[in-house]
Amino acid sequence: MKTRDLAYIALFAALTAALGLLPAIPVAALPVPITAQTLGVMLAGAVLGARRGFLALLLFLVLVAVGLPVLSGGRGGLAVFVGPSAGFLYSWPVAALVTGLLVELLWRRLNVVTALVATVVGGIGVVYAIGIPFLSLYADTSLAAAATGSLVFVPGDLVKAVIAAVLAVAVRRAYPVVERPRRAATAP
Amino acid sequence: MTLALYVPRTSPVHRLPAGVKLLVLLVLGVVVFVVPTLPAALGTLLAVVLVGLGAARLPVGLLLRQARAVAVWAAAIFVFHALATDVLTGAATAVRLLALVLAAAVVTATTRVTALVAVVERLCAPLRVFGVRPARIGLALAMALRFVPLVAERADRIREAQAARGGRVRGPRALVRLVVPLLVSVLQLAHTVGEALDARGADTA
Repeated sequence: MKTRDLAYIALFAALTAALGLLPAIPVAALPVPITAQTLGVMLAGAVLGARRGFLALLLFLVLVAVGLPVLSGGRGGLAVFVGPSAGFLYSWPVAALVTGLLVELLWRRLNVVTALVATVVGGIGVVYAIGIPFLSLYADTSLAAAATGSLVFVPGDLVKAVIAAVLAVAVRRAYPVVERPRRAATAP
Repeated sequence: MTLALYVPRTSPVHRLPAGVKLLVLLVLGVVVFVVPTLPAALGTLLAVVLVGLGAARLPVGLLLRQARAVAVWAAAIFVFHALATDVLTGAATAVRLLALVLAAAVVTATTRVTALVAVVERLCAPLRVFGVRPARIGLALAMALRFVPLVAERADRIREAQAARGGRVRGPRALVRLVVPLLVSVLQLAHTVGEALDARGADTA
């Protein structure tokens, strides 16, 4: 792995952290405010691709573990890894991996719609597929109860998936990282 | 940098090696799940609070803040069990959660970030077999620590530039308009940093 790739990985770990520092948007009808953090998860996969996206979120979790308050709401430290919602945390590297895999697969015909497929499957599907069973095991509740409890996050996550898809397409045009354009082929 | 949950003190808990504290935390996490009774959970909670406030002399507010962060979860779990199983199981599960979270908070507050990074690097040493170089992981961590304030600063600069030109600063559209130039700018930065490091021999470390 090149040092440049390490820098990209560190960058998206830091970006996910910076997004966590943004104040959460409270929504009156929802018990949980919408945070920008999982936007970082989707973006890491969509911009860097599967391998580097996975490593970026793994590095982010290390930052949390060593005691930086970079999770939304200023949380951090080892406490969050043993809490009931820890499964969602553990899901993030996998979510970035899946998002990245789909984006790499669809790279040639990436538009807002195909990018949205990647961010929804990776950034929402994977997160809930890991987070909800963990929560139900931890709290000793049924899967259905844990799933209903997590439903409140879905509207916010959908908004973030759309934003991530729009951003991924724009960044692909301006600064493609997954596949660098071949100069010889595009030069007049 | 103020971006840390570490609370500087001179206490026996602070002096304990980071690796030992992490091991204690790991053992504690296993024990409270193997012995799922209310007295065991209460005993663990009491011991954690005694170590945190007594031995490590951490501020009460810090532990309270951590406890408040999971209070909603603990309450929800308690209510669920009170209705579905019984009150005792509910209390044990809620107290267990509180004890674990506070224990982790005590370790975090008494251990420097650099010490924990060193533990991470040491833990990664066996990965050498797979061609992973622990020094590279340390380098990535150091870069990420530096990039957090840098990304925030770049974001501020772009937002100010757009506001000065009459751009809107709120709403999802403004977010997209902010993040696209931000991403391009920091991706270029990361590229440059990578090349600069290689030019100084980082790829041979």
